[in-house]
Amino acid sequence: MRSEAERSESSEQASGRTPASRDAEVREIRTDGGDDVEIPEVDYVSGSGVPIRGNDIDTDQIIPARFMKVVTFDGLGEFAFFDLRFDENDDLKDHPFNEERFQDSSVMVVNANFGCGSSREHAPQALMRWGIDALIGESFAEIFAGNCLALGIPTVTADSETIEELQEWVDANPDGELEIDVEAETVTYGGETIDVTVDEAQRKALVEGVWDTTALMKANAGEVRKTAEELPYVEESAIPEAE
Amino acid sequence: MSEGTLYDKVWDRHKVTTLPTGQDQLFVGLHLIHEVTSPQAFGMLRERDLEVAYPELTHATVDHIVPTSDQSRPYDEDAAEEMMSELEENVREAGIDFSDPTSGDQGIVHVIGPEQGLTQPGKTIVCGDSHTSTHGAFGALAFGIGTSQIRDVLATGTLAFEKQKVRKIEVDGELGEGVEAKDVILEIIRRLGTEGGVGYVYEYAGSAIESLGMEGRMSICNMSIEGGARAGYVNPDETTYEWLKETDYFQENPEKFDELKPYWESIRSDSDAEYDDVVTIDADELEPVVTWGTTPGQGIGITEPIPAPEELPEDKQDTARRAQEHMRVEPGETMEGYEIDVTFLGSCTNARLPDLRRAAEIVEGRQVHDDVRALVVPGSQRVQRTAEEEGLKDVFEEAGFEWRNAGCSMCLGMNEDQLEGDEACASSSNRNFVGRQGSKDGRTILMNPQMVAAAAIEGEVTDVRDLKEVTTV
Repeated sequence: MRSEAERSESSEQASGRTPASRDAEVREIRTDGGDDVEIPEVDYVSGSGVPIRGNDIDTDQIIPARFMKVVTFDGLGEFAFFDLRFDENDDLKDHPFNEERFQDSSVMVVNANFGCGSSREHAPQALMRWGIDALIGESFAEIFAGNCLALGIPTVTADSETIEELQEWVDANPDGELEIDVEAETVTYGGETIDVTVDEAQRKALVEGVWDTTALMKANAGEVRKTAEELPYVEESAIPEAE
Repeated sequence: MSEGTLYDKVWDRHKVTTLPTGQDQLFVGLHLIHEVTSPQAFGMLRERDLEVAYPELTHATVDHIVPTSDQSRPYDEDAAEEMMSELEENVREAGIDFSDPTSGDQGIVHVIGPEQGLTQPGKTIVCGDSHTSTHGAFGALAFGIGTSQIRDVLATGTLAFEKQKVRKIEVDGELGEGVEAKDVILEIIRRLGTEGGVGYVYEYAGSAIESLGMEGRMSICNMSIEGGARAGYVNPDETTYEWLKETDYFQENPEKFDELKPYWESIRSDSDAEYDDVVTIDADELEPVVTWGTTPGQGIGITEPIPAPEELPEDKQDTARRAQEHMRVEPGETMEGYEIDVTFLGSCTNARLPDLRRAAEIVEGRQVHDDVRALVVPGSQRVQRTAEEEGLKDVFEEAGFEWRNAGCSMCLGMNEDQLEGDEACASSSNRNFVGRQGSKDGRTILMNPQMVAAAAIEGEVTDVRDLKEVTTV
């Protein structure tokens, strides 16, 4: 059996893309202090689409657990859908992520209960590092959608008929542009604009650029202490002194 | 919207403020961390020059990657050793308590929290692990979070969260022989679907739930997420309090028990609480449930036929077809007699003492089938020690089981315990996803611990109620 490193190499060769270079483009938030993190507003995402069909696509399929033996998320992109893309001899299987025509796609169109299972943020991290900027689907598992939001990735929903039509269109138009207007809750493709749904809190967070909540919540440290003090089970020693 | 439920009350007590996103900022009473989902969060803190705000309310263990055979350091596998070292460094720097393997308190995060009394009614509990819902068995509001949220909790002691609806699931009646808490939750998921709980928190109630011990309640709450519900809970009662009394925290601080009890009582759902939905299930009707497919919702009673995909709702048909192809099962047949290569008795769902005791009762005086590799992986070092003192280890080993050290093990195949090729595994764990147990062609059949024991003996899926009596000489 080959090692994972060799496997990943073969995956790169096989797909003809270099996920590592994608990694470099990934939005990263680096600052010197907690208070001045600049969070981009995500009110509009556009790109060509890739259809990933099937209900209940779970996180073990998105990123098998054996690729999670890492202490950073760097380089996870190449392992997205690994077991669906490669057979035991590392030969390519039929999967949209293996198709040449979808190599530049950044909007995934999925069906129901996508991302069910584990809380592993490795799943959306792998998709993001592959190059996915947004997902359109019938429905998403909650933790997965929350993890996407924490990365600034919209998960917008529409009914199953709409999704099917969209998947067919993407199949027929692999280079066709999908435009997601997060604020207006619409998707425009092929000259047509359809209504989609964006969860209210997600929409606000993305549009107003408050999806990275650390700084936002840190600003309330005083109120947090007060809440903690009023809880009977929190011991005094556990509550930090005011800064 | 719900009113007067435990969920509403615990939420209100922990709400700091409403954020500009419309989400509430919730105070986190207990943050459990492990080696797989936390290192990246500590990395993010460093990048932002932030510190852990509430280290005393944070507790660490190592479970996912820990070897269950040879645990001497450094671990055989470099990646596992690196993850362990990283966790050690992170908790040391931040001053976080760590139940590491040398402490004798290590184990699966959802087993050790309750053991040590860290898990208490009315707490908000989070962990970077979807099975955090387990802790809801104590009347805590507990759910899994992603790594960016772990960063939030580490940095602020809080979490941005949207309030959900509450569905009461009332299970009345009595569980029959061979039927366990695991069967109740598999039945719930089967009926309501794997996404039926999205947007909901589940309150488990009714006489069948109330008569369960804490371990059974934990098994049920554990798999809430498999039904799409991020959290599930049981109102605290005398059974809960009896457990708490015996834990480290209340043994060391006995005065706290009386001090906190009024709070625990106060957060119980009111008798006239309002729910967004109520579902009832008759416990008397249940039989041992096994899965035939590749989602936890694809379950059937052991005597029931596997459904034909076209008989299922349209949106379930495609998944069912693919699942039946993967599992190589035919509609119309039952799962009885399905050949098994491996049995796994372990995981945060079913690796506590009573789980092992019930399985051992089945195993005693019998032998593991020649073609079966059978593993027992206790949920924690404490479970392991007690089981060894009670003689359970001997029972299992004499029958031909491997007795391992505590960890997540073959539930998700992140350590050396994995299925190989297309092996079929009768498993007491929580997920039968394709590839879940370490091999993409592996086949997982979820079931309760007694049923796992029966499968190990017979080498095939077996109705534990039909096992022949052991003839004693």
